[in-house]
Amino acid sequence: MKVGVPTEISANELRVAATPKTIKRLQKQGFDVYIQKGAGLKANYADKEFEEAGAKLVNTASEIYTQSHIVLKVKEPTTEEVALMREGLVMLSYLWPAQNQDLLQKLADKKVNAVAMDAIPRISRAQKMDVLSSMANIAGYRAVIEGSYHFGRFLNGQITAAGKVEPAKVLVIGAGVAGLASIGAANSLGAIVRAFDTRKEVAEQIESMGAQFLTVEIEEDGATASGYSKEMSKEFIEAEMKLFLEQAKEVDIVITTAQIPGRPAPKLWLDYHVQAMKPGSVIVDLAASTGGNCAFTKNGEIFTTDNGVTIVGKLNQLPNQASQLYGNNLCHLLDDMGKAEKFKIDMEDAVVSRAMVTYNGKINWPPAPLQVSPTAGGGGKKVAAPTAEETKAIEEAKAKKAATSTIIALAVVGALLLLVGAFAPSAFIQHFTVFVLAVFVGWQVITNVSHSLHTPLMAVTNAISGIIVVGGLLQTKNDATNIMTIIASIAILIASINIVGGFVVTHRMLKMFKK
Amino acid sequence: MFIVKEIQTAAYLFASILFILSLSGLSSQESAKRGVLYGIVGMIVAIIATVLGQGVEGHIYIIGAIAIASIIGILLARKVEMTAMPQLVAILHSFVGLAAVLVGFGSYLDPATQALTGAEHTIHLVEVFVGIFIGAITFTGSIIAWGKLDGKVPSKPWSFKGLQMMNLILLLVCVALGVLFCNAHGTGGMLYLLIMTAIASFIGVVLVMAIGGGDMPVVVSMLNSYSGWAASAAGFMLGNDLLIVTGALVGSSGAILSMHMCHAMNRSFFSVIFASGGGGSSQGGEKKAIEGEVTALNHEEVATLLKEAKSVVIVPGYGMAVAKAQYPIFDMVQTLRKANKNVRFAIHPVAGRLPGHMNVLLAEANVPYDIVLEMDEINDDMPDTDVVMVIGANDVVNPSAQDDPASSIYGMPVIEAWKAEKVIIMKRSMSAGYSGEDNPLFYKPNSEMLYGDAKASVEKLLGFLKA
Repeated sequence: MKVGVPTEISANELRVAATPKTIKRLQKQGFDVYIQKGAGLKANYADKEFEEAGAKLVNTASEIYTQSHIVLKVKEPTTEEVALMREGLVMLSYLWPAQNQDLLQKLADKKVNAVAMDAIPRISRAQKMDVLSSMANIAGYRAVIEGSYHFGRFLNGQITAAGKVEPAKVLVIGAGVAGLASIGAANSLGAIVRAFDTRKEVAEQIESMGAQFLTVEIEEDGATASGYSKEMSKEFIEAEMKLFLEQAKEVDIVITTAQIPGRPAPKLWLDYHVQAMKPGSVIVDLAASTGGNCAFTKNGEIFTTDNGVTIVGKLNQLPNQASQLYGNNLCHLLDDMGKAEKFKIDMEDAVVSRAMVTYNGKINWPPAPLQVSPTAGGGGKKVAAPTAEETKAIEEAKAKKAATSTIIALAVVGALLLLVGAFAPSAFIQHFTVFVLAVFVGWQVITNVSHSLHTPLMAVTNAISGIIVVGGLLQTKNDATNIMTIIASIAILIASINIVGGFVVTHRMLKMFKK
Repeated sequence: MFIVKEIQTAAYLFASILFILSLSGLSSQESAKRGVLYGIVGMIVAIIATVLGQGVEGHIYIIGAIAIASIIGILLARKVEMTAMPQLVAILHSFVGLAAVLVGFGSYLDPATQALTGAEHTIHLVEVFVGIFIGAITFTGSIIAWGKLDGKVPSKPWSFKGLQMMNLILLLVCVALGVLFCNAHGTGGMLYLLIMTAIASFIGVVLVMAIGGGDMPVVVSMLNSYSGWAASAAGFMLGNDLLIVTGALVGSSGAILSMHMCHAMNRSFFSVIFASGGGGSSQGGEKKAIEGEVTALNHEEVATLLKEAKSVVIVPGYGMAVAKAQYPIFDMVQTLRKANKNVRFAIHPVAGRLPGHMNVLLAEANVPYDIVLEMDEINDDMPDTDVVMVIGANDVVNPSAQDDPASSIYGMPVIEAWKAEKVIIMKRSMSAGYSGEDNPLFYKPNSEMLYGDAKASVEKLLGFLKA
């Protein structure tokens, strides 16, 4: 099977859908790879490298589109490109199906089977082909680098001979993949990082990346079944805006990453927020292409406002790195679709059926909804989780039940003890007291033992249970022919083997445990 | 030279405290060695205080027996291989059981106890009877456990229909014998006692025969518990608080361990002990069909994967112990760590045949314990792991435990190896694990098999890694 890779014709698109590494991988999967001359130049891949990796160079895009079985692309095709495509072609590319209904129609008319890489469902199994994640990761990293470039100071705090440098404060809005990547990058550069997200479930992720989680004092969770955030209530937004205003006065770099699929980006950083910021501060708006989170963002531009705040609305895509990750995502998808030999468009497959936006001349968009939010359980047809109140009620009932059974158990134990006390001689009662207390002590002492020490613990309890030797010691007589002496001596012998062996072997084991 | 009763009691109290400190010392790596020291001192104090007490005779036999035992004990403990640890622990349990039986008989024959009358005499007889009963079960049960662990007895569960019923009847017979025994005069109950001992020994055998190799951690810790109770029972019959306390400490600690183990397998204690081999919490219904196919890699390809990985997690199981692969594994870990890779071990609570078995084997091979993590500590990191190497483990990485209610191990906590980028499973063949469940992990697209003996395989990998 032939896989073709055309040169991206948009001037803004620097990436390429295959790199020398992914070409090798495609060949391992059994594909023959054809690539248009000069396809990798903007991403710093020379034709020679492609050739060395085993791809065949082709002069024109039309050869690619007419002769390949599968075409790998980055940016959605233009009308001219669609015109070149042959019927039955499988095309993997960004398509933004929600915004490009016309394009879908054209592809369907041409009977092109188009896979929108940006429509891969965001479920665990498909993570390896999720281009939105892999690209967002790059954007998040790059946002910090560019923000820091336009910001006139160090990010980390330092105490030098020439004086003290305060660390920069970075605010990240939206803790998706891009946001988390930004937090990680800013944190490792030494900045103080704060992050805001309407979804409470991401607080832990934010903190794990080294940022402080900011939140508003209103009980509302923005998480939805799709994994994206929903729009919040008016009260929530007001509180959020107030929080942002306080932050605006303090922070040096703001990175906004909030996007809603198929809709313009929400406006989160308004004019008065920008005005409240210190001169020299920087806003990096990762949502610039969908309108921007900041009121002033201009897509594709970097400019400074009157009060000295730089707003970055364009990012270097790191085309070399991005091409590599994008290419890997494509390889993973082809892997899932059966590689070259068993290549198959399986419309029963949850991933393929959702990303395949045109199939056999028909538009297959929008797809059926899919549950993916981590709180809703591992996907599939799970029963809806009980509401908070229900859970509480269940727990209360459980606690009640437990309390009742404890009381009954205690009553039974008490009655039994009374019974024992009524009949047993006093010496027995004394021993019995000691016994019961010792059981409790043993229970308490052992409960905390770490798993890794279970074997030494057993060996030592084993040695200690050799205390039975005391029984033998009390029974030996001076007379060697006395049956008791013989029995007791044997008991002493084996119990002592136990004691000595147990302690020695435990010691031997513990000597081995080293940090 | 004798010490007075009060001083002896004080010494016993001191010994008891030392034993408690010893057990609590073993709860962490840092204090464990001190814990052993406390135990040794406690034992010496206890023995000396007993020997110096009033009425102890036959010092020569005592000293002789202890001296011989010490030599045997030291030789045994020095010689044993760490992989054979479960066997040693099991056989030592049997010693305690046997000692308890002997002490029980001794106490019954002791003229001093025969002088007792009324309720005191009856209680003493009951104590003797119960003590010998527990001791005998511990003795034979431990011997069978030792045989199973050592491969001398087939580790497959051996059972038949009506086994439970038979055990119950035998138990009732023992109760009846107990009643006869208590009513006999002088040493006239000896015959009943001997019959009961024989029956109890038999129960010990069938009890452990019915349990399969994979459930051995539970059995061994259960027998550990029994050996404690046997010592405690001996304490009651001799009226010795030290024995009671120490036995109770050991008994309850063994019980806790058994519960830990059962919890780790998501099975109730009774289902392990009484259900013959497996059973468990299967909820019935159709088993999930396994999709996908098994793919294998050769050593060179696996070595390349390891070279490219940044984060590696090794999941060892009983197969590693069998192959004695821990040393080459450590070499491999060292090589990978030198290449700045994050290498860690993930240990399932019931991996191996003894609680904590894997930890001891890894420690023996010098693996630092801070990279040896428990299942719960490492499961969250699985999605960020590049390569998971499963070495001789099977059920503890079986995804059916989480997603197939029809599986017999459904609900058992497992190491989520399949969440990693790549899973390498080192195995001799495609056979199922102890539970007999097929493992869908092997069929996942991100899993690759590496066939061969674990030790030889790791050595080969090491060769490629160093090349």
